[in-house]
Amino acid sequence: MDSFFTRFKNPLVLIAIVLMQVIVLAMQLPARTAGFDSHDGHNVTMLRRWTVSLVIPVAGVAHSTSLHVSNVWHDYIDLRHVREDNARLRQDVARLREEQAAFAEDAAQGRRLQQLLAFKQQYISSTVAAQVIGTSGSDRSRMLYLDKGLADGLKPEQPVITPDGVVGKLRDVFPHNAQVLLINDVTSGAGVILEGSRIRGILRGTPDGQVQINNLTADSRIRPGDTVVTSGGDMVYPRGLPVGQVVSIKSDPQHQPYTAITIKTAANLSRLEEVLVITGTQSTLPTALQQDAEAAAATAEANQRAADVIAERLPGLHQDAPQEGANGNDSAAAVDNAPPPKPTPARHMDRYSPGATPPADALQPGVPVTPTAPAQSADPKTDVAEPHP
Amino acid sequence: MAEHSYTSRQELDQYGFHPAVTLLAPLAFLLLQAMLPKVFPVLAVLDLPLVVTIFFALARRNPISGAVTGTLIGLLQDGLTNHPFGVFGIAKAIVGYCAASIGFVVDVENVSIRVALTFGFSLLQSLLLYMVHHLLLGDGTYAAQLLHELLRAAVNSIVAVPVFFVLDRFKTRGD
Repeated sequence: MDSFFTRFKNPLVLIAIVLMQVIVLAMQLPARTAGFDSHDGHNVTMLRRWTVSLVIPVAGVAHSTSLHVSNVWHDYIDLRHVREDNARLRQDVARLREEQAAFAEDAAQGRRLQQLLAFKQQYISSTVAAQVIGTSGSDRSRMLYLDKGLADGLKPEQPVITPDGVVGKLRDVFPHNAQVLLINDVTSGAGVILEGSRIRGILRGTPDGQVQINNLTADSRIRPGDTVVTSGGDMVYPRGLPVGQVVSIKSDPQHQPYTAITIKTAANLSRLEEVLVITGTQSTLPTALQQDAEAAAATAEANQRAADVIAERLPGLHQDAPQEGANGNDSAAAVDNAPPPKPTPARHMDRYSPGATPPADALQPGVPVTPTAPAQSADPKTDVAEPHP
Repeated sequence: MAEHSYTSRQELDQYGFHPAVTLLAPLAFLLLQAMLPKVFPVLAVLDLPLVVTIFFALARRNPISGAVTGTLIGLLQDGLTNHPFGVFGIAKAIVGYCAASIGFVVDVENVSIRVALTFGFSLLQSLLLYMVHHLLLGDGTYAAQLLHELLRAAVNSIVAVPVFFVLDRFKTRGD
């Protein structure tokens, strides 16, 4: 007759396996956990390091191979529309330089006011570019893997951005790889501010991958289309980084009286190829930004001087308005009814002067055209038609 | 002349795999699972490690082997996420055990039955994950999105057909 353990060997083994994993789960969570915001498995770095070391390097090799192939294709074979793109980008650069010059004065004034208020702005002083080589593989865990790690100066909790906006922050950093926790993960959070109304809130991810602010009550100042930027209050993301735009504002039945403000992120979190990790910040303007600001200010000043010179040289609009009218009302009516004045004739005629070209029936093929001075009166003022009585 | 005789139906229907396949196949599919959503974000709904767990459990028809395989694959999958270790491990251990146990009752070589089993086990895993998050981890934010889980189960079932077809090539008769 079989013993109990022999008869129920399979279920007992399953119970033992599950029980062991429950104990491992319990060991990873601190005793005072309230919610899911606390460290989840940070103490078990050895297991996680083994897993990541097993999988991610292969992902890195596959990614770099595909990148090389893609570079060869795009840089040497597929060169369609490169010339048009180049011309368009040059125009964009020129336009942006003009805009930068226009904003230079406002930015300088803002910095002066900040200095007066002794406000400590954190500027980005150094970044490290990294490639995205893999994901967590689960839509319940919004994470990415980068090809840079401790050896490249990365540390946990460093913010990760793209030129479009905020992406997330570093979670676990390994010697040559790093995990990025995206801002649309449920365990993620960021301090933000609505640019128009200056209302502060906390940004969180939702289970379906969206980003919401859900700690604000209904406010008429919050509208769809409002730009959301980082507030700097969480001491992770520098202030002023673009986060996204408000898409919708709905009441949150699970968190009354708060509203669920859904944000469309500025960065496309599902199509990230390369990101920037902010490795350093400083309270003074970085050297490159200072030089850019000085160049923009110089350009703005030059543009202003050029505008002033042109304004001086151009004749005024009412320079020939009649001033010696016997009756002010008559002169005003005369000005209103007078036809537009003709331009004064040029001192030196050429073939482009009005009326200098002879009529078409006088022209002969092959014979050069000699500019002829049009019939004109000595006094240009007599060209102005007499007002009708 | 020695002859190999099968003493039970269990031995007749059990398959084995080369150790390299046992090690490399789960790793390869885990790697695919980590890389595919980067290129096609919608594929994050897929769960290739689950499909591999179900395949090995159905092929081996050994509940203990199925539970251990599911545990190891689940723990590896946990390592790539920000979940604590054990979330996917518990779910896949139970799925592996159940898949191996059910292998004695149904004909698991039939494509339709494989699709139906994968659909059912995918829903089972979703339920187990929900229970782990709510009961063990106390995570109230883990929402039960029924439609999303049904879609996940359907996608897993469809992908299971070619995956099973590929992995069938590596089966060897008996342990």
